[in-house]
Amino acid sequence: MATTDKRELEVTEKKPIEASGGEPTRQGITYTPQVDIVEDPNAITVYADLPGVKRDDLVIDVREGVLWLTATVGAHPDHWQPVHREYQEGGYERRFSLGDRIDTEKISAKLENGVLALVLPKAEAQKPRKISIA
Amino acid sequence: MAIIRWRPEADVFSQWERMQHDMAGMLAASRPWAGGDEATFRPEVYPALNIYDDGETFVVRAEVPGVDPKNIEVEATGDTLTIRGERVLPEPGANASYHRRERDSGQFRRSFTMPKPIDNTKVIAGCVNGVLELRLPYAEEAKRRKITVKAL
Repeated sequence: MATTDKRELEVTEKKPIEASGGEPTRQGITYTPQVDIVEDPNAITVYADLPGVKRDDLVIDVREGVLWLTATVGAHPDHWQPVHREYQEGGYERRFSLGDRIDTEKISAKLENGVLALVLPKAEAQKPRKISIA
Repeated sequence: MAIIRWRPEADVFSQWERMQHDMAGMLAASRPWAGGDEATFRPEVYPALNIYDDGETFVVRAEVPGVDPKNIEVEATGDTLTIRGERVLPEPGANASYHRRERDSGQFRRSFTMPKPIDNTKVIAGCVNGVLELRLPYAEEAKRRKITVKAL
C-alpha cells in the first residue's frame, strides 16, 4: 500500500490491434500504445508509451497528412524458458491525422525510458497572434 | 486494491465470493508462478511481470515506461523481491490542454516470491527502454549438481 495519499498505479491491459478486413501482414502481436496528446499555443505534443522499443526499431512517418507510428519489439532470448507470463511482447502501431495545421517539416521526436515524445509544431498561420489596433 | 462501495443489500454470498477472489488475486500477485507454467494471469498489482529461467538465473521483466530508473527501488529479502516506485508524468503548461489522456501517474509496489531459492547477494537490476529487468541467480543449494557415484 502507498504510504502517502498519492494514487496507486494499476495495470492497464495492452490492447492488441484487431486485424480488420484482411490478414495481418506482419508476424506477432501489434498493440495500440497508450498516448497523451497535449496542445499548447505553439505545438501539439504526443506522448506514447512504447516499453521495450529501441530507437532503431521505431519508425515515424508522415504520409498524406497522417502520422504513422510503427515500432517492433524483439522477443526474449530463445534459451529463456518462460516460467510465468503476465504480458506479451509485441510491436506497436498508431496513426494520427494531422490536418493542415501542423508544420510537418519541423516535427521532432525523443525516446526516453520507453516513452516517445513527439512535438508537432503548428504552422505559423495557425499560431494565435495578437493584432494591435491602430 | 480497488475500493468497493459497501452495499448492504448485496447478499452475503457474493461478498464472500468477492473476498475469495481478492484473496486469490493477492496470492497470485505474490506467488505468480504458482498458477502453473506459462499461465497467463492478469495481475491487478502494477507492474505486470514476466519471469524466465535460463537454467542458472531467473530473469524478471516488467514494463515500466516513463518511470525514471532513479525512482525505482528493488529490495530482496530471502527469496522475496519487492519493486517499489513512482511514475511521474510531465506537467502540461498553463496554456496547454489535453486532447487525450490515456496514461496514468502514481506509485506502485509489488512483492513476489521466487519459485526456487535465489542468491540475493547477486541480484542485478537494470532498466532499458522502459523495461525493468532483474537477474536473480539460483542459490548454490538450488543449482543442479552432478554427483559422482562410487562404490560404498
